[in-house]
Amino acid sequence: MAEFTLPRNSKIGTGKTFAGPLGSTRLREFKIYRWNPDDGKNPVVDTFELDLNDCGPMVLDAMIKIKNEIDTTLTFRRSCREGICGSCAMNIDGTNTLACLKAIEDIEGAVRIYPLPHMPVIKDLVPDLTHVIAQYQSIRPWLQTASPPPPDRERPQSIEEREKLDGLWECILCFCCTTSCPSYWWNSERYLGPAVLLQAYRWIADSRDEKTGERLDELEDPFRLYRCHTIMNCTRTCPKNLNPAKAIAEIKKLMVLRR
Amino acid sequence: MRSADRPLSPHLQIYRWQLTSVLSILHRASGVALSAGTILLVWWLVAAASGPEAYEGVQDFLGSWIGLLLLFGWTVSLFYHLCNGIRHLVWDTGHALDLESTYIGGWIVVGATAVLTLVAWVAGIARWVS
Repeated sequence: MAEFTLPRNSKIGTGKTFAGPLGSTRLREFKIYRWNPDDGKNPVVDTFELDLNDCGPMVLDAMIKIKNEIDTTLTFRRSCREGICGSCAMNIDGTNTLACLKAIEDIEGAVRIYPLPHMPVIKDLVPDLTHVIAQYQSIRPWLQTASPPPPDRERPQSIEEREKLDGLWECILCFCCTTSCPSYWWNSERYLGPAVLLQAYRWIADSRDEKTGERLDELEDPFRLYRCHTIMNCTRTCPKNLNPAKAIAEIKKLMVLRR
Repeated sequence: MRSADRPLSPHLQIYRWQLTSVLSILHRASGVALSAGTILLVWWLVAAASGPEAYEGVQDFLGSWIGLLLLFGWTVSLFYHLCNGIRHLVWDTGHALDLESTYIGGWIVVGATAVLTLVAWVAGIARWVS
């Protein structure tokens, strides 16, 4: 059931403020969600002031600067710092995106940073992705075949068939889309969510895959697929400019066509 | 620590309202409003069937401030739900699902709702006063 308010242990308090260096001309506030599993307290929002003249251009640069110079306990995931690994997915300025691709300049006023929405928090900005990863596994995200492969080469695919996967294979599984979806917030136990459904379609659309019928059978369910109400938050927020809503609509069309 | 014991990250509290989500929740809200408004319609029909006095009472209520406000809300809901319903039908064919079309379509729905509501009320008031 939809719970519109936060549980008691999740209510957010006010945290510490770390003033910026004296004499800086381009101070900017970074308000960052903090939760420490070891102190038994509720989450808080800490405020860090940074001099933008002495900071890299992206939100991730600012966060790394904070971790290096102000508070080493600030915890977040990051790896490639160029939008290809999906690790630094979080809610910045009210929408989900990758901290490494979000320019500080594009944000007005204080930079508000929270973990991906409606997820269990491991620490600070690190959400527990166990459930979404399990959902991803449930769609069998690999090539499934019945026929033997050609003995001397890979399974062939024409250029046109390959083009059908464009806009699908680029997904980096950052789960920005899934955690932007109100329908997923209220039904994450059973609804697969946009990222996993886009991946499901990636294999349904693959000309080499021979289990299309079984894949559709698995998705034919009021919750797994049909909790999508075309809200479009997913497409709006995807940092890779992909279109999960379109992929889900294509799955729904195939469901009708095969009747 | 079990996932269930961890705090839940904020969602509605912090997620930016945007045309996509606002029009979606309005679709549901207008649907609920239309269902509730149907009671008003039934009441009016029952009154019309049971006689001039009952009918007069309902007409008086509908002509009052509260009645007019309810009717206005009902017409807005009707036209919004209708227009956005058509948008959903287009989406169901797999069209207009890119972000730009979503926004264009969304604003068309908002504009069409305003125009249709205005036309309905101008026509209604014109008949009422004549």
